[in-house]
Amino acid sequence: MEEIANLFQGFAVALQPFNIAVMVLGIVLGVIIGVLPGLGGANGVAILLPLTFSMPPTSAIIMLSCIYWGALFGGAITSILFNIPGEPWSVATTFDGYPMAQQGKAAESLTAAFTSSFVGALFAVIMITLVAPLVAGFALRFGPAEKFAVYFLAFCSFVGLSKEPPFKTIAAMMIGFALAAVGLDSITGQLRLTFGSTELLNGFDFLIAVIGLFGLGEIFLTMEEGLRFQGGKAKIDLRVVLRTWMSLPQYWMTSLRSCIIGCWMGVTPAGATPASFMSYGIAKRVSKNGHNFGKGEIEGVIAPETAAHAAGTAALLPMLSLGVPGSPTAAVLLGGLLIWGLQPGPMLFVEQKEFVWGLIASMYLGNLVGLIIVLTCVPIFAAILRVPFSIIAPLILVLCAIGAYSVHNSTFDVVMMLVFGIIGYALKKCNYPLAPLVLAIVLGDKAEEAFRQSLLGSQGSLGIFFSNTLVSSIMILGLIALFWSVIQNGFTRLRTRAAAA
Amino acid sequence: MTTQQSHNAGPSHKSVEAGVTTVIGLFGAIVVYGSVKAGINWGAEGPKAGFFPFYIGLFIIISSLINLWNTLREDDGNLFAEWGQLRQVFSVVIPTGIYVGVLPFIGLYVSSMIFIAWFMRWLGKYDWPIIAAISLGMPIVTYLIFERWFLVPLPKGPLEDLLGL
Repeated sequence: MEEIANLFQGFAVALQPFNIAVMVLGIVLGVIIGVLPGLGGANGVAILLPLTFSMPPTSAIIMLSCIYWGALFGGAITSILFNIPGEPWSVATTFDGYPMAQQGKAAESLTAAFTSSFVGALFAVIMITLVAPLVAGFALRFGPAEKFAVYFLAFCSFVGLSKEPPFKTIAAMMIGFALAAVGLDSITGQLRLTFGSTELLNGFDFLIAVIGLFGLGEIFLTMEEGLRFQGGKAKIDLRVVLRTWMSLPQYWMTSLRSCIIGCWMGVTPAGATPASFMSYGIAKRVSKNGHNFGKGEIEGVIAPETAAHAAGTAALLPMLSLGVPGSPTAAVLLGGLLIWGLQPGPMLFVEQKEFVWGLIASMYLGNLVGLIIVLTCVPIFAAILRVPFSIIAPLILVLCAIGAYSVHNSTFDVVMMLVFGIIGYALKKCNYPLAPLVLAIVLGDKAEEAFRQSLLGSQGSLGIFFSNTLVSSIMILGLIALFWSVIQNGFTRLRTRAAAA
Repeated sequence: MTTQQSHNAGPSHKSVEAGVTTVIGLFGAIVVYGSVKAGINWGAEGPKAGFFPFYIGLFIIISSLINLWNTLREDDGNLFAEWGQLRQVFSVVIPTGIYVGVLPFIGLYVSSMIFIAWFMRWLGKYDWPIIAAISLGMPIVTYLIFERWFLVPLPKGPLEDLLGL
């Protein structure tokens, strides 16, 4: 098994003292990011990305991916203790986690949440270890038409699977594509959509968009609510951890189901948030304790947390093997690869073995380190939330400005960040999803290049996307994903008609 | 979560959403216009630069029209936000705008100090000693982490020149 050997080499890389240090630092920063309102995984990673410019790429990706794991863990803390989801994917965790905390079972609930997160992530990492090299090997044979088909599939899944109205998803996505098109056209070398402005020559950087849309937009939203934190206290002692761990194996079925849901939703770019809701919903319907869900049932914590973490981790599979990120945070990591001079996609597995396997090994270690850190340091992280928002908000805004500036050392970017912040606030309030917008900015140039190269090969005929079995099956999958809600509606209507007859 | 039940007035969700959708549609129109200027047909080496964004712009216009129609058709009578809430939002947006505007001239450190101090005094009503501690502490920590340890330069102004940093 070549993969196993590679993985062990990866462990050797990840276990270097410097890499262990950045791992711990990343997890701690990540949990803080996950706990604080207005600082999510995606923009947290975006703000801290400039810090890694001077690091070797492997250490840099280990730190950034650990920030991501930390944010995934951190979201659960605020959901359970304060009924405030620190991250959108933790919303489902509040349903049962907060009632448990109110009944004085906060420690059990937190232990269950962290352990489930770890299990979900572990399952997804094992899947990545086994599947990613195969997918990458397969994708090496892709021509431009197949590449475009994969992008097509990714974006169609957004339209079909997101909760927002489909035309709003399409509008948000297309705004992203349009922003990506601004500036120098990579094929003809011609300027477009700059309208004579020199600042727009290089187009819009998606990191600025991420920091503005997710960071500032979120702060503006929070200001509306005028959040006042009512701090609760939490302490986890070893006895509670062990007792909870003893009780967890009986929920193996829920765990396994949530892992699979999470992996599936993570690989398709639907992401962690719908995965956690779906897993919670199914667990509620299937479990024999289903009637007790919402009143503090431990299974109601296990299901969404496992799925969210599995999805968050699985989102890195298409990012690594195909160069198509499965979530906004994965998109930011992909942007990091480009900045460090690495070309994401199947060639990574051939050319940058040490990097890829170091990253995969660090996923195993990072989640283990994360579990230990969150279990032992919950009181400290919970205390952060007791710092009033009027202190945290200006600090986060300043951090966002620093992050936006240091991407290109440009103060114009800081202004753009504020513009994106206002846009993000308006779009979020009007129910437009932001994730497809960001992914479209990241992938816009690549998707366009693949599209135009395919058309060049076929003299402008769209038939190239259905010219062989491989490309047409990916395109048809995409079309099914695009019309998924329509198809589902049709099925339910047929079934009700059959039932009525 | 409403803090002031007595001021239940504000812009309706419908009108704001219609406005946002119209702006998106106009953005689509700008994209189409810019693409036409760049050339949307085939040139010597294949599709011209405006070819792809032209269709993107069309998609934006079409989906905005559908969204606009959906928005105008159904009126749930919800508010976009209460005036009091919007005032709170703007009490952050406007100072952030000023902060971002003066940042290139007086540098990041000085503007951050003023911004944090203002925010804590105005919205948090803190005492000056705490304000001084945080608004001075944060830029100093930032300086150490970014410029000293990670060698990332941040914008400086006249004060830093004076101090010779």
